[in-house]
Amino acid sequence: MNSISRRRFLKIGAATAGVAATAGALSKFTKQGVKISSNIPEKGIYTIPTYCDLCFWKCNAIATVRDGKLWKIEGNPIDPMSKGRLCPRGTGGVGSYYDPDRLLKPLMRKNNRGEEKWVEVTWDEAFTFIADKMNKIKSEYGPEAVALFSHGIGGNFFKHLLKAYGSPNLAAPSFAQCRGPRDAGFRLTFGEDVGSPERTDIENSKFLVLIGSHLGENMHNTQVQEFATAIERGTKILVVDPRHSVAASKADWWFPIKPGTDIALILAWLNVIVNEELYDKDYIGKYAIGLDKLKQAVANNTPEWAYPITGIKAEVIRETAREMARYKPAALIHPGRHVTWYGDDSQRSRAIAILNALMGSWGRKGGFFSPVSLDIGAYPYPEYPHSEKGKVDNPDNKYPFAHETITTGIREATISGKPYPIKGWFVYATNLMFTLPNEEETIKAIQNLDLMVVVETLPSEITGWADVVLPEATYLERYDDLNVEFFKEPFVAIRQPVLEPAYETKPGWWMAKKLGEKLGLENYFPWKNIEEFLDTRLKTGGYSLEQIKKVGLIKGERQPIYFDEGVTPEFPTPSGKIELYSEQLAAYGFDPVPRYRKHEEPPTGYYRLLFGRSPVHSFGRTQSNPILFDMMKENEVWLNKFVADKLDLKSGDYVVLVNHDGVRSNRVMVKATERIRQDCVYIVHGFGHTSKGFVRSRGLGASDNQLVTKYKIDPIMGGTAQHLNFVSIEREA
Amino acid sequence: MARYGMAIDTTKCVGCMDCVVACKTENNVPEGLNRDWIQTIVNGEFPNLTMEIRSERCNHCTNAPCVSCCPTGASHYHDGGIVLVHHDLCTGCKACVASCPYDARFINPEGYADKCTFCVHRVEEGKDPACVSVCPTYCMTLGDLDDPNSEISKLVKSKNNHTNLPEAGTIPNIYYLIGDNND
Repeated sequence: MNSISRRRFLKIGAATAGVAATAGALSKFTKQGVKISSNIPEKGIYTIPTYCDLCFWKCNAIATVRDGKLWKIEGNPIDPMSKGRLCPRGTGGVGSYYDPDRLLKPLMRKNNRGEEKWVEVTWDEAFTFIADKMNKIKSEYGPEAVALFSHGIGGNFFKHLLKAYGSPNLAAPSFAQCRGPRDAGFRLTFGEDVGSPERTDIENSKFLVLIGSHLGENMHNTQVQEFATAIERGTKILVVDPRHSVAASKADWWFPIKPGTDIALILAWLNVIVNEELYDKDYIGKYAIGLDKLKQAVANNTPEWAYPITGIKAEVIRETAREMARYKPAALIHPGRHVTWYGDDSQRSRAIAILNALMGSWGRKGGFFSPVSLDIGAYPYPEYPHSEKGKVDNPDNKYPFAHETITTGIREATISGKPYPIKGWFVYATNLMFTLPNEEETIKAIQNLDLMVVVETLPSEITGWADVVLPEATYLERYDDLNVEFFKEPFVAIRQPVLEPAYETKPGWWMAKKLGEKLGLENYFPWKNIEEFLDTRLKTGGYSLEQIKKVGLIKGERQPIYFDEGVTPEFPTPSGKIELYSEQLAAYGFDPVPRYRKHEEPPTGYYRLLFGRSPVHSFGRTQSNPILFDMMKENEVWLNKFVADKLDLKSGDYVVLVNHDGVRSNRVMVKATERIRQDCVYIVHGFGHTSKGFVRSRGLGASDNQLVTKYKIDPIMGGTAQHLNFVSIEREA
Repeated sequence: MARYGMAIDTTKCVGCMDCVVACKTENNVPEGLNRDWIQTIVNGEFPNLTMEIRSERCNHCTNAPCVSCCPTGASHYHDGGIVLVHHDLCTGCKACVASCPYDARFINPEGYADKCTFCVHRVEEGKDPACVSVCPTYCMTLGDLDDPNSEISKLVKSKNNHTNLPEAGTIPNIYYLIGDNND
């Protein structure tokens, strides 16, 4: 029985406030039973360097233990990423260890998936169950039928396990639900993408354009630090956002653009810059092709054409195009990060890439630097088995420029069984119920599985759908793989345990190794323990574990990072040049130069639902962290003051958002504000938890993902656009 | 004699609350309470808006009503004008809480009046307060306002600034910088 009725689905998702969770039958985290790493004395102050895991920026940090208790976590002063200062989430990392909702013991489900009723089991029972299922799936369907969804560096050992088992189906939501279109757009233009941490040289930029990027609310640490430096240095800042973000409040220009029309604005800028010959002639002449075709393509996209579409006055578009060009090549049009908005996102990213190319900013100071890294080898594993079937996520290369695996493609195959069935899911540290658009499809896919395993530190919504839940130790209690960073300075960093794993939690590497051994894959886990694995890798670069454990990170020599410093300009596109006009796209029937196409608009009484970030929370992973919960307990729905007055609502009132498919959100507080347009509403992502395991954060705020029932797929790379949902607002009954 | 104060550059502050989190962990501030906080003031109507974001805390006033109204002498001026509370002398009577125009004080569950100390334990070791040292926008500066050559004195002199509620007569020692002074 694979179908799930709407009624039952809602029941599963419904939060009943104030009722103690059934998870209450399970062990609860208390500060008793907490152990400091055995090598730290009971008295005095000790510091241990490691790298942070509150988001995926991986800042280097120093944890301080005082009299046997974890006291605080600060940035490591020698770290090029944090420069000794962590963001609020990293500073609140202590709370991820003391989180009362933590998973503490391996669990297996009692009844049906999604009911969140558990039996505590031993590690061996859990591994035996998983290995038996995996062996069965392998013999019936082949190893490709087990897929992995993972997020973050902790997933490395599970990626290795699944590859050794024989599956090519490994995906992270960071591609198709987040940065994928940006990477595709930049690869099509420059032959390379901007990576993470992005290669944006914000601190040296003289003209900075942010399109939807809300730095300061989005806390990618180095970017925020450089943004503040840019403010201090008098960088001209232009922010394009339907909402008056914190960044907009710092800007010289704020364009409160009509949502979904960014491409029209960028095309108008291109039109002015090309026609008035404001581009970097020398740079374009040397490195780019397709200028004439670009000029033809944008001939009609005048600022006057763009004004009625975007709401931004023609003279302001023209003035800012000229101003931008005045500061080239240090004119940086930020590529953004979460860019899956409207379904033509790769083309918007292409437009941004082309604009940057005209400014000559790629490879230049104040634009995009060329990242450098240390030469640290991979662990010398035996070769992975080759899969005859190939990947499942992109049959017939439907999305020709998907250079990473598409999560939603795996989900689709799990539902349809085409091109071949998927029977097992491994989920590592990614809450698919908050991540993938349209929850119902995710649930439908899960119904088709013979095995569903979730590795998590917290009882996130996806754990509720698992057969087996494996509780991972937090980043403060484990080793992980090395962070060999690509950045302005080359370095390698280590994550190491500050405390013993609480209760029965275990590090991911241990789980992967034990499970590998159960599956008969011992030869893929030749290392005795993680220390040996890390030391082997470090030795390839001439370093050692002993040496790095003391300092946390080892930096290499500074190397050139700009063309002007001696970096060789290389553009790994088919032509070997920057492609302003893309033959690659033309060959597949896509627009070789981005074009503006109108998006559907909200009907009367509905508002476009936009979502973004809070500086004190990472995704939906931190709402139960006691320190960060204290900072922000619930999200608010931002509503234009005029609209709020019309609806007779004021700040502090509770409402329910109802989307075009009749899906109702949790109750959410109104923030009536001048800081947003009248045609859209905004909430911070990651709230509105429904899992019974979240004792305090459950039921607080609204979940945008629950309301994202409609999504469009970017035909170029398979990303799922999520800003296409409309909501009406009802006063809470 | 030093007079400690703080300059906070509102043009750089993004209101991320890192200062709040850092203070809570550094000083073990109980859950639900905090010694510093973020204030956001929005002016204007869509789309012509201005916004000031600032990190606030006890102003360590030169003429501190919490000190003058304290019946036990628990609230007092420490070296450098830092206003502190002797926990053992405090009875938790809340006179100081009521007297503070900045609402900077609260009663700790342990029973004494609690507030920002300018991280005096760190400052006396030559370090910055936790909030200053963590700020990702580098918008805070602690220093001696009586020393004309200190970083903070130069900032207050060279930038337009304001204090909070100067009309309260408390002579607050936290200055909010609001842009370059081109006079």
